[in-house]
Amino acid sequence: MQIDRRLFIHFDWTLLGVALAIASIGIFNLYSATATMEMSGTPLYLKQLFWLLLGLTVMVTIAFIEYRFYSDFAYLIYFVALFLLIIVLGYGIITSGAQRWLKIGPFSFQPSEFVKISLILALAKFFHLPSERKDYSLKHLPLPFLLLFLPMALILKQPDLGTAIILLLVFFSILIFVKIRWSSLLTIGLTGAAAVPLLWGFLKEYQKRRILTFFNPELDPLGAGYHLIQSKIAIGSGGIMGKGFMKGTQCKLGFLPEQQTDFIFSALGEEWGLIGSLFVIGLYFVLIFWGLRIAVQAKDRFGAILAFGVVAMLFWHIFINIGMVLGIMPVVGIPLPLLSYGGSFMISTLIGIGLLLSVSMRRYLF
Amino acid sequence: MMELNTQRMEDFKGIYKYLVIFIGLAFFLIFIRLWSLQVLKGSDLRRLSENNCIRLRENPADRGMLLDRNGRILAHNRPSYEVYLVPEDLKVNPGVVMEVARLLNIPPEEIEERLRTQKRRAPFKPVKIKSDINWNELVLLESNRVHLPGLIVDVRPRRAYDYGELASHLIGYLGEIDENELKQAREATYRMGALIGKYGVEYRWENDLRGVDGGRQIEVDALGREIRPLGTVEPFPGNNLILTIDLDLQQTAEEAFQDKNGALIAMDPKTGHILAMVSKPSFPPDIFARNILQEEWKSLIENPHHPLQNKGIQGQYPAGSVFKIVTAIAGLESGLITPNTQFNCTGAFHYGNRDFRCWKQGGHGAISLHRAIVESCDVYFYQVGLKVGVDLIAQYANEFGLGKVIGISLPHEKPGTVPSSSWKKKRFGIPWYSGETLSFSVGQGYLNATPLQLLMLISGVANGGKQYLPQVVERVENIYGEKLKEYPPVELRRANVSEKTFQMIQEALRGAVNDPHGTGWTCSLKEVKVAGKTGTAQVIRLPENFKKGDMNRVPLKFRDHAWFAAYAPFEDPKISIAVLVEHGGFGASAAAPIAKKVIAKYLNAEPSSPVRAKETESDLDHAD
Repeated sequence: MQIDRRLFIHFDWTLLGVALAIASIGIFNLYSATATMEMSGTPLYLKQLFWLLLGLTVMVTIAFIEYRFYSDFAYLIYFVALFLLIIVLGYGIITSGAQRWLKIGPFSFQPSEFVKISLILALAKFFHLPSERKDYSLKHLPLPFLLLFLPMALILKQPDLGTAIILLLVFFSILIFVKIRWSSLLTIGLTGAAAVPLLWGFLKEYQKRRILTFFNPELDPLGAGYHLIQSKIAIGSGGIMGKGFMKGTQCKLGFLPEQQTDFIFSALGEEWGLIGSLFVIGLYFVLIFWGLRIAVQAKDRFGAILAFGVVAMLFWHIFINIGMVLGIMPVVGIPLPLLSYGGSFMISTLIGIGLLLSVSMRRYLF
Repeated sequence: MMELNTQRMEDFKGIYKYLVIFIGLAFFLIFIRLWSLQVLKGSDLRRLSENNCIRLRENPADRGMLLDRNGRILAHNRPSYEVYLVPEDLKVNPGVVMEVARLLNIPPEEIEERLRTQKRRAPFKPVKIKSDINWNELVLLESNRVHLPGLIVDVRPRRAYDYGELASHLIGYLGEIDENELKQAREATYRMGALIGKYGVEYRWENDLRGVDGGRQIEVDALGREIRPLGTVEPFPGNNLILTIDLDLQQTAEEAFQDKNGALIAMDPKTGHILAMVSKPSFPPDIFARNILQEEWKSLIENPHHPLQNKGIQGQYPAGSVFKIVTAIAGLESGLITPNTQFNCTGAFHYGNRDFRCWKQGGHGAISLHRAIVESCDVYFYQVGLKVGVDLIAQYANEFGLGKVIGISLPHEKPGTVPSSSWKKKRFGIPWYSGETLSFSVGQGYLNATPLQLLMLISGVANGGKQYLPQVVERVENIYGEKLKEYPPVELRRANVSEKTFQMIQEALRGAVNDPHGTGWTCSLKEVKVAGKTGTAQVIRLPENFKKGDMNRVPLKFRDHAWFAAYAPFEDPKISIAVLVEHGGFGASAAAPIAKKVIAKYLNAEPSSPVRAKETESDLDHAD
């Protein structure tokens, strides 16, 4: 394949630089957060470094492929991801009661991570031809809703509430971006609100309790409530300057649940304080706005919607995760991009950034 | 193309500024919250983090009780005082270990060892030092508590089985949850070290029995003493199970075994409710819930009689003469024999180059089907077997549920084996020899069955072919006595056998217990008509010149197993029963008397011994 020289000129170094900066901080933070964990085998930060390097390779490859290619194969990719989700329900590995992992040789991965990207691709494909009236109403939406509900149902079955919520939020973000009529959005919202009490009646007592706890962790002082209080103590005790690298106690003593994944930001806040936290949040801020700019400057609708979908995915992950560890969002298992430990998540995040790069560097090419 | 480009810019221009505002606000919100936690509340939270003063205390739920069908308690919970130490608190006061060791009279090294070996413990999680301390120890600890920071004495529910080893295989046992079970469990429903049902009803009804654990989130001072609770979850007790077994009948059955090994299952043939289930030797069910001693464990594992196995559903034995019921049904149903078909028994049947012997040395003479069942004539059934053939017999054995798992709700049920010509071809790669049909037709050879399967067979005969799923739990109730689940009788299958054949078999089984010369006479009762069949399962092939009466001289482990399967009353069956006595010798002398005691108890009949002619008695004692 011949690569246009202009691609190199327009390569988006800023985006790459910001992503690399966050990911590097992530490796150091993971090193500190897991230093006292008793684990056999390769330390987590080294595994994460491996996933990062693998992910960067995938990212660059994706960036240099003309993204019309993704447009051509969008639905195929979507169905492959859907198929993997079905396989997971049949043959997946069960850990802590949820069936999320597929094992291939020595590696296991979570297909639900790749479903996020595949849904964005499929929706970009669907909406890439502008509607005749320039906005969308309910009659355009049955297919997109089907595209959402199929993977969402399978993911809820695992169960993985966090990923299902991300799919839902990304879906509505894209609807708003491609201009859905406000009246239609209102109808969907009201229908959804009306369905809630109806569905509530079908739930079993323990399911209701779990959902209530999700919105109010204080209801579960022994589980989510305890974790939340420890997370707040961790971050708050960091103060302005932080306790210093490798000096965090909350995390080291194991007070934080999932200190390497969902609660990784608590470890950062404890050791680096307000200064460090704001620095990382600032990097995320740049990442999101840069992505948003790529979306509105893309050369065609497909590229714009694709880029925006990735930005929405990153934004909701960041906002909900940090909001959760700070105690202003429900406690739900959503990891933090480039900071949380996890191979599938790292790679799906970098695939997303690869797509952003691909759209970005072709904005002047026709 | 250029035109398209400008149009695209128009497409998303409008929404862009709203998105910028929205995202900006979201990040601002995070910034405000971060400021509030790290700057405004920073010093408070730092103090909390330095003292590590928020702790969790567990408060496990009471496990549901097990009751017999009349509501008598078989398993419940009693309070037990447990002693814990918090290792983190001991660092400041190292003398506490010595003092606690002195008060409890255990070597301090043992406590140190326990504190050290707690891997992967959450910080400040108490470590158990001693379980179930007595009143004196409790008073000593409580009165010295002020001087012992880091010590916690907590009351915990402990499983108690008031009748010791009674029905231990049915009840099962608890044990500490293992890594695998922890992984499979839904998040946060079990903690490390929790007790979980591992066997029997305790295992199968784990989800009903468990209840919901509670606990408290508390703030403690620098010495680990509780200042105030921050949040409390009250535990909720598990649900109670009303079992189908009858405590009195179970006790009678257990006692009837004396020191013999084997299994007994009694059932209501019209509902499938298990009335008693014995497997001997048994084990104390609480053994795994307390800290089991090394020697206790070893003696259970190494016991050659497998006390941990429920022989009623896990033991597979040749069915012996009880199987003649199936052979007879196969013969009658196929029309290859009639009730009047006669064969001559001379005490042995020559086939191939071998003598197949009858248990009765002199032979039964000319004999027809009824008498052949009553007196359990082997030679008669060798010839029926040859007429009918292996595959037809196998077909009727399957019809009654032999050769596959019945599906009782207890773990590890075994399927047994029903051989057939295709089975042998698949298993060994060689064809079936007709000589093997002879052994098969009297329940020897490859045939294997569990006591539960023979119970199903006899119940099916008693019921005119209808078989009900054997069930051990009648219903589940919550602590308020409200019924949550009920297990109504489930019809498993109806054997495709004519009523006439059943009548013929039923009559013969009644005869086997009540006729003169019947092999099951040791089970006959005065007021109630019992119908049943004895059996003897060969463990090894005995030499040709071996006399049946010499059995007492054979080493125990080579002696035959004794079978008895029966139902009563004959007219309207209320109880069916299968008894197996391992290495008991003969069905009539070893197994039938046990069945008799249980049937008599259940039907309130007087267990009287009928008078017999002297000369036949000794002979019948060795009947098979």
